[in-house]
Amino acid sequence: MTGSHLAKLAQAAALAAAIAAVAVMPQEVEIFDLMQYTLFAAMAILALSLGFIWGFGGILSFGQTAFFGLGAYAYAVAAINFGDSTGAVALAVLVPAGFALVLGYFMFYGRISDVYLGVITLTVTLILFNLVNSTAGDEYRIGAAALGGFNGMPSIPGLNAPGNPDYVLDPEELWFVTGGALILVYVLLRLLLASRFGRVAVAIRENETRAALLGYDPRLTKLAVFVVGGGIAGLAGCLYANWGAFVSPTIFSLALSAEIIIWVTVGGLGTLIGPVIGCVLIQYLVAQIGTQQAFNSNLVLGVILIAFVLLLRKGLVPTAQDLGGRLIALLRRRAGRTAESLGALKEAE
Amino acid sequence: MTTPVPLLETQALTMRFGGVTAVSEVDFTLREAELRCLIGPNGAGKSTFFKMLTGQLAPSAGTIMFRGRPVAGASPHEIARLGVGIKTQVPNVFNGLSVRENIWLGARRTHTPLRTAAVVDEVLEKIRLAAQARTLVGQLSHGQRQWVEIGTVIAADPELILLDEPAAGMTHDEVLRTAELIREINQSRALVVVEHDMQFIRMIARTVTVFHQGRVLMEDAVDAVLRDPRVRDVYLGKKVAA
Amino acid sequence: MELAAILTLDVLNGVASLILLCTGLAIIFGMMRIINLAHGEFLMLGAYATVVSANAGVNIWVAMLVVAPLFVGAVSLVVERCLIRFLYGRLVDTMLATWGLSLFIVGLVTTIYGNTIQGVPTPLGGFSIGAYRSSLYTLFLVAMAALLLAAVWAVLRYTRLGLIARATMQNPNMAAALGVSPNRVYMATFAVGAAITGLAGGLLAPVSGVVPTMGAAYVAKAFITVVGGGSAILAGTASAAGLFGFINQMAAYLTTPVFGEVTLFVSAIILIRVLPQGISGRFFGRSL
Repeated sequence: MTGSHLAKLAQAAALAAAIAAVAVMPQEVEIFDLMQYTLFAAMAILALSLGFIWGFGGILSFGQTAFFGLGAYAYAVAAINFGDSTGAVALAVLVPAGFALVLGYFMFYGRISDVYLGVITLTVTLILFNLVNSTAGDEYRIGAAALGGFNGMPSIPGLNAPGNPDYVLDPEELWFVTGGALILVYVLLRLLLASRFGRVAVAIRENETRAALLGYDPRLTKLAVFVVGGGIAGLAGCLYANWGAFVSPTIFSLALSAEIIIWVTVGGLGTLIGPVIGCVLIQYLVAQIGTQQAFNSNLVLGVILIAFVLLLRKGLVPTAQDLGGRLIALLRRRAGRTAESLGALKEAE
Repeated sequence: MTTPVPLLETQALTMRFGGVTAVSEVDFTLREAELRCLIGPNGAGKSTFFKMLTGQLAPSAGTIMFRGRPVAGASPHEIARLGVGIKTQVPNVFNGLSVRENIWLGARRTHTPLRTAAVVDEVLEKIRLAAQARTLVGQLSHGQRQWVEIGTVIAADPELILLDEPAAGMTHDEVLRTAELIREINQSRALVVVEHDMQFIRMIARTVTVFHQGRVLMEDAVDAVLRDPRVRDVYLGKKVAA
Repeated sequence: MELAAILTLDVLNGVASLILLCTGLAIIFGMMRIINLAHGEFLMLGAYATVVSANAGVNIWVAMLVVAPLFVGAVSLVVERCLIRFLYGRLVDTMLATWGLSLFIVGLVTTIYGNTIQGVPTPLGGFSIGAYRSSLYTLFLVAMAALLLAAVWAVLRYTRLGLIARATMQNPNMAAALGVSPNRVYMATFAVGAAITGLAGGLLAPVSGVVPTMGAAYVAKAFITVVGGGSAILAGTASAAGLFGFINQMAAYLTTPVFGEVTLFVSAIILIRVLPQGISGRFFGRSL
């Protein structure tokens, strides 16, 4: 069996295992832990959105929370107004994607350098925070939904079965949807990256000049990547709003923006599974830190980020892959030498 | 009988950077499947002229026509889409991708998915790097990276190929192979080659255009140009009237 | 008439705050092209240094003008030696590492001092313009901002130190060939920029809530102003601060302070789109 066949088989097996894990989880854990994992899964989708646009598209956005928050708020407002969650979910993806289209056009067609992109996206999420935070009065409503300002929007209607507004999903079903969405987004991104569009996006990240000289329009590709990332973050926001039935302006905070970047850096830029792993690990760590008094979570996260940037820049998954590759190479050489010495023995006989 | 529209034509093409005029009123014509070399000492304006053709610089004045269609000031990806292949002076390749992936990107834009794989294999043969197809380009030697770039460019099957110093930094054997490659390409496609290496020029050139201080000093068959005392003087830094 | 006077004072106050906020950052970013995302935390450390020393009995002016800059300058030297110097040339990694640093500093200060701290009263008292009251401290801040710009200009333009710094930033290899150690210059520049930021934090301590997370409110504003100003440290910062400060205060007057901030951000983003090199990239050419 060739190397690539083996790899494909391993991928299929991993996918099957992931689906099985999602299906079986409610029987294996307590409801409290299941809800915790639902949150992790929703955040992992957010991590994937940044991992995709940054690791593969080369776009470092310091404000992915902008799309996350817009998705959550869009879902909340739409669900309250429509009385049925199906259209709300669509809006949760389309509104952030549309915002990403406008912002992305503004940035990529304006020849703004990569570094300034970070500053601008940071500022945008701050603008949204400030705007939404000040909508506390009763006059700030969209249809039947009061935005609530710094108080947030409570009692967000949960997802219901499509077409059946009375059948609201229970926590176990919400887990299936969230876990399933994570797997689906992962698979879709894999397919996208294998397509011509995905390969061109990676090429543009590698060498934008050469990609342009081959006839690919870097601005258009980056815009498309940014929009896809925005939509995925919006979906994550929708699932997050469902998890807590609550959303407030802190969803636009710099703190969360920083965390997403830490997830991707720790997990491994340039991979898809890395951001997911980084997200779950860090979230779990922060939850554990919250239970004790000695260490402040900011302190720990700061040290982790610095340590990874200085010492383990590639992140966990790529480092593991490198080590795995070297181990395999070592074993191959050993096997080769063993075969050689066996062959020499045979000849000597 | 009407004269056919030239493949590439510039009229009074000019580039000014602040107070410096790097290229001044250059008229240039290239026919289908013609091979033209551009030579001239440093600062003569060859690279600036080249960059205007590739869309990396927008001219200050004058026109550039590709098959009669004005392209001055167009962006590089628009010019590439018209059927122009470009190899830059400093090699621009995808270092983190394999040789095959590099060439695939060049081929995929202009071929169907099915045809692309075949084209990639053909190009790999042509540039003699089939054995290194899986190697990351960043790990190849300088000469090999230049060939990958040339391969990536020709994979898109462009009608006009612009090469900026394709033989730079190559060993003698690599230079011979590059010359052979260029002659093969020239059997059906037009090329403009900017070069410093006179031996290399002798291997490939028919007509040579000599740049000096932003203008065209002379344009003639390669033997005539290389014999001309003015060209020699220009390279030695002497003052020569254009 | 009095309203105009008060508004002018407000605008000057806003501009002065921005200048104080941004000068240190402009020096570090403009001269070293380093994006220090811990900038807000340097401010916060300056504020804390002032508050802690003033509450411990140190004279308020000494606390603000001496203790704060010296403390933050010292901290920045440690930061430069232990972190930044490994990342020169790695722009994105510097952004990430300094963001980690900002989290770390916030965490550290929260651990040591908790979430709130006893503040310092605003010195100098107030005065009246007709029916409106204003604070003399506002005038002091305006004066300090002007003084700061003048001092930085004088040092860069007239002293040997300033010349060495400018030369190293423009061409480090050449400066090294002339016997200057670029690493020393980077270290010193980073420390001076940080010290100025610490000073700004100290000056702002009496008029803003001093909490460990106060830096977050300033970091985006500071960066967007420096980026909007462009690479000329003084001309860029002054012009961007002037423009954005004016826009911020006028919008705040017409609507709410929050909308004032939002308007500042939106205008800055539009400006960067229109002038990708900042104001000084287009208008001030080669000035300082």
